[in-house]
Amino acid sequence: MRVRPLLSTVVAGSALAVLGWSALTPVRSASREQIFEIPKGTWARRMSGAKVEILPNHIHLTLGVRDILVLRNHDVVPQLFGPTLMMPGQSFRLPFEQPAVYTFSCTAHASGEMIISVDPYPSSPWARVGWRAQELWWHTRLRAARLVYRYRS
Amino acid sequence: MNHPRRLRITLARGLAAAVLGVALTGSAAAYPSAFKAGVFDPPRAAPDFVLQGSDGHELRLSRFRGKVVLLAFGYSSCPEVCPVTLATFAQARRKLGAAAADVQVVYVTVDPERDVPKRLEEFLGAFDSTFIGGTGTEAQLAAVRKAYGVTATKVPSRHGYTYAHSSFTYLLDRTGRIRALMPYGHSPDDFVHDLTILLKE
Repeated sequence: MRVRPLLSTVVAGSALAVLGWSALTPVRSASREQIFEIPKGTWARRMSGAKVEILPNHIHLTLGVRDILVLRNHDVVPQLFGPTLMMPGQSFRLPFEQPAVYTFSCTAHASGEMIISVDPYPSSPWARVGWRAQELWWHTRLRAARLVYRYRS
Repeated sequence: MNHPRRLRITLARGLAAAVLGVALTGSAAAYPSAFKAGVFDPPRAAPDFVLQGSDGHELRLSRFRGKVVLLAFGYSSCPEVCPVTLATFAQARRKLGAAAADVQVVYVTVDPERDVPKRLEEFLGAFDSTFIGGTGTEAQLAAVRKAYGVTATKVPSRHGYTYAHSSFTYLLDRTGRIRALMPYGHSPDDFVHDLTILLKE
């Protein structure tokens, strides 16, 4: 059978094409904002004993691509969210201009702190591949976590 | 359809959507931010408070309406963060020149046990004689911290204790609203940049 070698060639070719695209296409983003939102009803759910995690302990941002942290409180009560106290309906938009690791005290986390890693813009081909792989992994984890959460509730 | 299968299907859909999301990134949009600091929208009124001022008078935050206020929390025995923050404020004020007359630094202690008014005055005066510190009872200071979402935890150390505390600075406009929050580590130029915006309003 010649199907298997042909299939292998197609798979290898596709993988190479994806790798080439990942390495050579400049990284761009439709929005530079990384948004986290406290949904309405979060406080009520916490009061009823539910464990509600909205902000991850560690947030990754990339300069020039996604380098603005946006926090929004859609709930009906003030909430300590990330580094600050957010009023109902209020948003907080924090831009980053330097690659560094920023640590904020945050009582919403068990560790008592929130870490924001701001990485430099991925300008080399390998950096672009790494960035896209990391994004894919991060988005997959986030979506999986949301789906599992919905499935359980 | 049983639940595990449905979960697998939804996870697969999620993965596909993530791949598409990463692959179909469009053109980079420019988001010019007027401020170097993080900005609140809408801004809220800064909670007022009354403490003992390092200048020997009552320190009421609202008495600085009409000025732009840099409000930060710390303590005079702080080994690292507070000296850097205060030196940054002092340098920013020097760079602002005459406009600095409309900028007031208010530093609220998290350590009332050691930071009596006299000590705060000496500590702050080493950076800039116009800086005003606030102290009070533990309960008073805890209430102020709560109103501003500031944390301070006493940590035992070899030489007594230190505090792990919030290190950001609030920027209040002339009308007494909390307009922005500057994380620790920003340069004096960044403060000058944002203060200039607020001073022109």
